[in-house]
Amino acid sequence: MAQRCHCWVYDRSKSFHINLLAIGMRVAAGVAIRTLGVAMKQNDIAALLDEPACAHNAKAKSGCAKLKPGATAGGCSFDGAQIALLPIADVAHIVHGPIACSGSSWDNRGARSSGPDLYRIGMTTDLTEQDIIMGRSEKRLFHAIKQAVEEHAPAAVFVYNTCVPAMIGDDLEAVCKAAEARWDVPVIPVDAAGFYGTKNLGNRIAGETMVKHVIGTAEPSPAPPGVHDINLIGEYNIAGELWHVLPLLDELGLRVLGTLSGDARFKDIQTMHRAEVNMMVCSKAMINVARKLKDTYGTPWFEGSFYGIGDVSDALRNFAALIDDPALGRRTEALIAREEAKAHADLEPWRERLKGKRALLYTGGVKSWSVIAALQDLGMEVVASGTKKSTEEDKARIRQLMGSDALLLEDGNPRLLLDTVKKYGADILIAGGRNMYTALKARLPFLDINQEREFAYAGYAGMVELARQLALTLESPVWQAVRDPAPWDRRD
Amino acid sequence: MATVIKRNKALSVSPLKSSQTIGAALAFLGIERTIPLLHGSQGCTAFGKIFFVRHFREPIPLQTTAVDQTSAVMGSDGNIVEALATLCAKSSPDLIGLPTTGLTEAQGSDVERVVKQFYAAHPEYAHIPVVPVSSPDFVGCLESGFANALSRMIERLVPLAPPTLEVFKRPRLAVLVSAHLTPGDLDEVKDMVGAFGFEPVVLPDLSTSLDGHLGEGEFSPVTTGGTPVSAFAALHGATAVLGIGASIFPSARLLGERIGKPVHLFDHLLGLEAVDNFVHALHKLSGRAVAPRLLRDRARLQDAMLDTHFMLGLSRLAIAADPDLLHGLTDLAVGLGAEVVAAVAPTTAAVLERVKAQTVKIGDLEDLEGLARDHHAQVVIGNSHAVASAERLGLPILRAGFPLYDQVGGFQRTWIGYRGSAQVLFDLANLLLHENHGTVKPYRSRFAPSEESEYGAPASA
Repeated sequence: MAQRCHCWVYDRSKSFHINLLAIGMRVAAGVAIRTLGVAMKQNDIAALLDEPACAHNAKAKSGCAKLKPGATAGGCSFDGAQIALLPIADVAHIVHGPIACSGSSWDNRGARSSGPDLYRIGMTTDLTEQDIIMGRSEKRLFHAIKQAVEEHAPAAVFVYNTCVPAMIGDDLEAVCKAAEARWDVPVIPVDAAGFYGTKNLGNRIAGETMVKHVIGTAEPSPAPPGVHDINLIGEYNIAGELWHVLPLLDELGLRVLGTLSGDARFKDIQTMHRAEVNMMVCSKAMINVARKLKDTYGTPWFEGSFYGIGDVSDALRNFAALIDDPALGRRTEALIAREEAKAHADLEPWRERLKGKRALLYTGGVKSWSVIAALQDLGMEVVASGTKKSTEEDKARIRQLMGSDALLLEDGNPRLLLDTVKKYGADILIAGGRNMYTALKARLPFLDINQEREFAYAGYAGMVELARQLALTLESPVWQAVRDPAPWDRRD
Repeated sequence: MATVIKRNKALSVSPLKSSQTIGAALAFLGIERTIPLLHGSQGCTAFGKIFFVRHFREPIPLQTTAVDQTSAVMGSDGNIVEALATLCAKSSPDLIGLPTTGLTEAQGSDVERVVKQFYAAHPEYAHIPVVPVSSPDFVGCLESGFANALSRMIERLVPLAPPTLEVFKRPRLAVLVSAHLTPGDLDEVKDMVGAFGFEPVVLPDLSTSLDGHLGEGEFSPVTTGGTPVSAFAALHGATAVLGIGASIFPSARLLGERIGKPVHLFDHLLGLEAVDNFVHALHKLSGRAVAPRLLRDRARLQDAMLDTHFMLGLSRLAIAADPDLLHGLTDLAVGLGAEVVAAVAPTTAAVLERVKAQTVKIGDLEDLEGLARDHHAQVVIGNSHAVASAERLGLPILRAGFPLYDQVGGFQRTWIGYRGSAQVLFDLANLLLHENHGTVKPYRSRFAPSEESEYGAPASA
């Protein structure tokens, strides 16, 4: 037995060396024969990082901060690209790479669909050692697309590049083009391999890909008279929260041509160039899409949020302001008056329960201020807000809401969050899912505000859900139960 | 705390209640080499047997005095004597339990007297104790029948004066348990008690009789495990009496008085606080530190509470169970911030007033269904009969109580202690998770193209 084990180890290590050699040779060949081993060129990436519409740009030319090895958290570009596009429900999303990329990430997001479920089926080429050494990965991808098209009849196929095929020089674009011609289904290469950069960059690549390959490739059916077309960019329908907002837009006569990408269909994305207004929802990540649609089609855009009563109303007013239709303006004001009154009435019992409770908010970008407003609506106090991913403009809005001496947390390592909670007597930490266990292990109430959550907080109706979830954890008897010493440890 | 609302219907629809008679029989099934003899018509035993066979998936020793139409009218004393003599002759059991049924109680059968008559007629069987229990099905429910049988066993089998005391290697604790504890629960109780250096004597001990074990023998007309009858006489040497489950508190007090030892009572062992109290009592009784394993299990339960409170907080549960189990499950759920909006018990009991719900309805599964619907319950907890109710309500169900016939292994699940409680929390939270709890109903815009017409059937079209 021992001998067999030894042999196996020996064989493995030998083949490992051979692999490395083979990869090295292939990479070298790729560089020589093709243009570059890495499919997306450095200057393409630089162009994406240089986003003129992004407020971060004013500070550093790079747009997004450089990664620090050994002290980096957060997802890669592949992650970002997949998150941005995966909610397109009738598309077959194929992850081209070995198993880790898809294997660890498929079907783990909260985006919901009102129709097709295809997007929830994980698909990957699951590349093997032999595929990589022998250069069979492109062929495997071609057959993978065939299988997806024949067995799942998708509206389109999206192929996500990952680190290994990007490094060995797979020509994603060529394979996609050939497959599209062969099976007459749009096959879109999403070239955002992990090592290209951050999750945020991946979001942008995804947006860029949609602008380049999809938007403008089909026309919408004519809008009914009096109805205006809009887009929601960066709305992912987490936990179905788009469905809190969509009925309001329907009532106002605002037709959502496409969202990027909550509950979207491929055809919706194709027609997004015809919108009269684009709204950037709660995320700077796909700001490049809004800017390019403005540059190419002249579509005005604004940034807004559906979190908090005031913000929902502001967003609706912004649509009315950018669309020249007095009737829409009147409808909007009437709807806002009605919905705000209803929301305030619905929130009244919760306000009683939440009044005076203190929260530490640690989330990114727009949410760093939009949620403050929502919490203040509930009579709560925000002791500090995280601003790691916030722009100067975001910070100004935080100060406006919390006062000039507002505590802004640039860095959110768990220790600092907990210390801040203690120092400022916060009752609850409101942050992303990855901080949940930081809070729970410290016996601290917690509310998940980011993408993985399973509750819908958007729209007027979402505020009531937010209040409910806050009360649920704040008032839970478990806190006392886990803080009290065991009876045999009590001194009495 | 709860207001108990009495039964107000003529008809019981989808009954929740199981009879006292089979409850008493169940208690005897936890005693070694025993056979319960139901004093009633043969159907009382046949139904009871099927009930237990389906629940435990085990052969169940159960006999009947087979009261027929003649003895029903003319008196059934002869049936008892004959049945006892037959069982003693055929199986030579260590104990015969003799629960009465509605029929024989209504008949006025004086079982105590007949048992004396039996011994007079058959002195050769004087060494085989017979324990009669009044357990008509028109009173109480499974839980109370079980408790009555336990009290009668203590009366009959624990001598008034201490016998010559054996010297025990380890101090003994008498642990009296209610019908709501499963064989798995009893294992957990024994582990916890043992962790403090005590030798637990569990009365009755279903964990060695109906735990679903493959025994050596092929067929046995008597129970193949359980508390040995000899253990009752030795109870005088116990350090203290622990009672778990309010229904057996009278039995525990009775034993405590008889052996002159302190009695410690626990409503149930579900949830952190309840288990803490139990462990604390063992700690004080033994003077020993709480074992690291228990502390670890405790810390895990606390973590499970934190993880599951997101799902269970403000959730609305509907529970139908016998009083002790209803009380325990309610405490566990309320400890996580859940609300029990529908609580139904088959019969009344003092403990129901301690149930942490607005009201407890004495009723059936139809009542549960109505209450659950009216109060928008999200999960049902009940026996296998409640599955149909849950289906009609469109709600998930956690199976608990008696009988559990549409699953295997449910009878031995561990519900109590730190470990068991944590698993119940996980299971309840998972049911809520899988029900898409909290998510929004899908909405299609009135302007959106219909999925079929506009998008077409892609690829093949």
